[in-house]
Amino acid sequence: MNIKGNIHSIETCGTVDGPGIRFVIFTQGCPLRCQYCHNPDTWKTNEGNRITVDELIAKIKKYKSYMKFSAGGVTLTGGEPLLQPEFAKELFKKCKEENIHTTIDTSGFISLEKITDVLEYTDLVLLDIKSFNPTLYKDLTGVSNNPTIKLAKYLSDINKLTWIRHVIVPNLTDKEEDLIALAEFLSSLNNIEKVELLPFHKMGEYKWEELGYKYKLKNTSTPSEETMEMAVKIFKERNVNVIYE
Amino acid sequence: MNKEWKDFNEGKWLKEINVRNFIQKNYTLYKGDDSFLEDATENTTKLWNKVLDYMKEERKKGILDVDTKVISTITSHDSGYIDKNLEKIVGIQTEKPLKRSIMPFGGIRVVKGSLEAYDYELDEETSAIFDNKYRKTHNDGVFDVYTDEIRKARRSGIITGLPDAYGRGRIIGDYRRVALYGVDKLIKDKKEEKKQLDDNIMSSDIIRLREEIAEQIYALEELKEMAAKYNFDISKPAKNSIEAVQWTYFGYLAAVKEQNGAAMSLGRVSTFLDIYFERDLAKGIITEKDIQEIIDHFVMKLRMVRFLRTPSYDELFSGDPTWVTEVIGGMGIDGRTLVTKSSFRILHTLYNIGPAPEPNLTVLWSERLPENFKKFVTKVSIDTSAIQYENDDLMREYYGDDYGIACCVSAMKIGKQMQFFGARANLAKALLYAINGGKDEKSGVQVGPNFEPITSEYLNYDEVSEKFNLVMDWLAQLYINTLNIIHYMHDKYAYERVQMALHDKDIVRTMAAGIAGLSVVADSLSAIKHSKVKVIRNKEGLAVNYEVEGKYPAFGNNEDSVDEIATSIVKNFMNKLRKQETYRNSIPTLSILTITSNVVYGKKTGSTPDGRKAGEPFAPGANPMHGRDSNGAIASMASVAKIPYEHSEDGISYTFSIVPKALGKTEDDRINNLAGLLDGYFHDEGHHINVNVFDRDTLLDAMDHPEKYPQLTIRVSGYAVNFIKLTKEQQMDVINRTFHNRA
Repeated sequence: MNIKGNIHSIETCGTVDGPGIRFVIFTQGCPLRCQYCHNPDTWKTNEGNRITVDELIAKIKKYKSYMKFSAGGVTLTGGEPLLQPEFAKELFKKCKEENIHTTIDTSGFISLEKITDVLEYTDLVLLDIKSFNPTLYKDLTGVSNNPTIKLAKYLSDINKLTWIRHVIVPNLTDKEEDLIALAEFLSSLNNIEKVELLPFHKMGEYKWEELGYKYKLKNTSTPSEETMEMAVKIFKERNVNVIYE
Repeated sequence: MNKEWKDFNEGKWLKEINVRNFIQKNYTLYKGDDSFLEDATENTTKLWNKVLDYMKEERKKGILDVDTKVISTITSHDSGYIDKNLEKIVGIQTEKPLKRSIMPFGGIRVVKGSLEAYDYELDEETSAIFDNKYRKTHNDGVFDVYTDEIRKARRSGIITGLPDAYGRGRIIGDYRRVALYGVDKLIKDKKEEKKQLDDNIMSSDIIRLREEIAEQIYALEELKEMAAKYNFDISKPAKNSIEAVQWTYFGYLAAVKEQNGAAMSLGRVSTFLDIYFERDLAKGIITEKDIQEIIDHFVMKLRMVRFLRTPSYDELFSGDPTWVTEVIGGMGIDGRTLVTKSSFRILHTLYNIGPAPEPNLTVLWSERLPENFKKFVTKVSIDTSAIQYENDDLMREYYGDDYGIACCVSAMKIGKQMQFFGARANLAKALLYAINGGKDEKSGVQVGPNFEPITSEYLNYDEVSEKFNLVMDWLAQLYINTLNIIHYMHDKYAYERVQMALHDKDIVRTMAAGIAGLSVVADSLSAIKHSKVKVIRNKEGLAVNYEVEGKYPAFGNNEDSVDEIATSIVKNFMNKLRKQETYRNSIPTLSILTITSNVVYGKKTGSTPDGRKAGEPFAPGANPMHGRDSNGAIASMASVAKIPYEHSEDGISYTFSIVPKALGKTEDDRINNLAGLLDGYFHDEGHHINVNVFDRDTLLDAMDHPEKYPQLTIRVSGYAVNFIKLTKEQQMDVINRTFHNRA
């Protein structure tokens, strides 16, 4: 069996998508259209390179020393990697055979029953909750946040180690009440190792222009130090382990 | 036992000159963290500010001052001080800080040219000595013997940077011997060595050696005399910490007063000195603050070494480097780490007196280094970008556990081995000669052997490879012939008396060749093999440009299809060097190191079949070409790590630049990831890596506002430089290199 994945690109020195040094696979295709997306070139499902799991494993194995010494591993991100559950499962299964740590970075916008067996081979989930406010979530991403919340609860039920990621965008995701709601929800879960608050940046803007998309956040700046500290405080007060860059 | 050696453990070192044995019997390894370290004392800061003022003045003027008359020797100049009341360690090259001196035995032309460049003139009487040929120089000797073919090859730049007009350097005296034994014992030993040769048949080899030993003895006498000018009697062993540092430094100072060598490296002194610190700490006669002050002052002196050099030399080796390379850490062959508290202390100078390119601090990395030390050095790297790393697990097999690094990447057993420095051959140009039938692509001159050029419209891999192989045969022979001449003359006219006095009688000599343009050649051959390369010829039929049609795998992406090409070029060229007959039966070796000369090499080389345009810089050392390593930092490192050290024993240099955020989110993450990266790279048999951690914006700002960054240090190829001292072209080259910024 040689399942193919639809891949956008590969980064051999990933250090921010999970612990240690990671071989990061960016998959092609995403159902979300987040306003602040910094990889809009991974949206379309009809683009990308089709690569077999075995080819990828052969590449990954070349980096075992780096993964071993830094306690790193493989991260599957995107795009939305769980759009390709068969591929994700097969890849992670083979990684585990090689004793390689696996991490999946997802928005959670998937149907849970399709991905439960991927999670069997996943050591760490990076769950990106764009917003806890359903209306804002829809506005931000074009889709509902129900599946994401459902996944979060499921991960807690099966006690799967999870890091939550949340991007702070001024005037969008920096509302105190939304952050409080999110923090309270997270403090009710028992599998959250940490929450990474990511300050919005515009490093992806040039890609929007290249692709001919209209970038709505042209006039949005990066969040202030005070905003970030306010957000951090909200999580800390609810005993959620929070970090930001 | 001498009273100076009281409390030391006995060993073979008592019966013979054997510093390694002394270290092994006496050192105290350290596995703790950096919390014991002390900040700079008030005196240190005061003293360093004075030095910074001198350096600021120097930057304005090019050189601060120069003695245009007195030829520098070990004893030529009076004692000099920065501030006698503050200095714990004394001694400078002339009577005034940063004042340069003339060392004409390598070549008088360079001296005159350097003086003129800074609006000085050589004293008439001194000039007469050389103008009237009362004294011949190394440079004169070499050019008396060079063939027409060598001259042509030199002019076209297929071999360049040759030490035929200046001191060759890359010799490390075992300066520790001065402290451990005192000079009288060393003289006695040298006299015995000479006596051992009394019964030999007086062949030219033996005659030369006997004369060399005689010179070494003179130099040791002069060393004592030099120390006496500073009111020290160094005939006996050092009896305490401060003397041990001072004695060791005097040995080194004598070397840099006598030789303007391309690289004047220090060796491996910190763990040796630690033994004296530990003894004094145990006796309660010294504090940690005192020790750090001594080391800070010692390092300050090492940062003040200056040579008189021409602007064209600076173009090749930018930033006024002296390569005072000191290796730190590593493991002993018995499995104990050689990390001591003084390994931390010498690195700590980068905080106490700020980052600086010299001394060239080189960490010998092993998987088995203590975790605390790994954490500390990676932190220092992230904070200062002033450290380079070399693979101790790889080199220990070759050199044992008392080797140093000369210059950037050249390992040698201290006091037992030296190299004949050979700069480098431009392999990218050699590839163009293969295409153009031995004609230079820029001048059209027939430099190489006259064979059929390639005339097809598209290049054929087999045809190019076959011709390239022939050019390499020719080049290897010409290159070693040239080096033989150079080192014969250097031994004859500019012998390193005091450095060789701090060596054993019978030493290993290597003939250290080098190559530039490895990634250009590998990519060119890959382009020819995996895509289509069309040749554009000028009206004389000379191939001067290339059009690459389609994509090809480029070196630096961990793709075997091209990495194997790079590997086989290195192996093939090395095997050709091995066939040559070498001066003094030296062992041929090879380095892949360009220092900053990758810019000049590029300038002298026409367009290449990889798509690189004429005049564009090569990548430094063994680096992939800028922008072609697109799979991230580790793929790039992994490609470099494949180059076989057994065919490149003089070192494989890789320079790595990364923005802080790409190393991780928190300081702990960055430290863990950098340590993991080094462990992985060295485990996979990478040899050397320079680590730079900063944003491109910082460099751009430093170009515009150099005054804001007097101590901004960056690693280039095998050494560090003050960024603001680089030429504009080189600054742009550094900025244009691949910065790994995707996280």
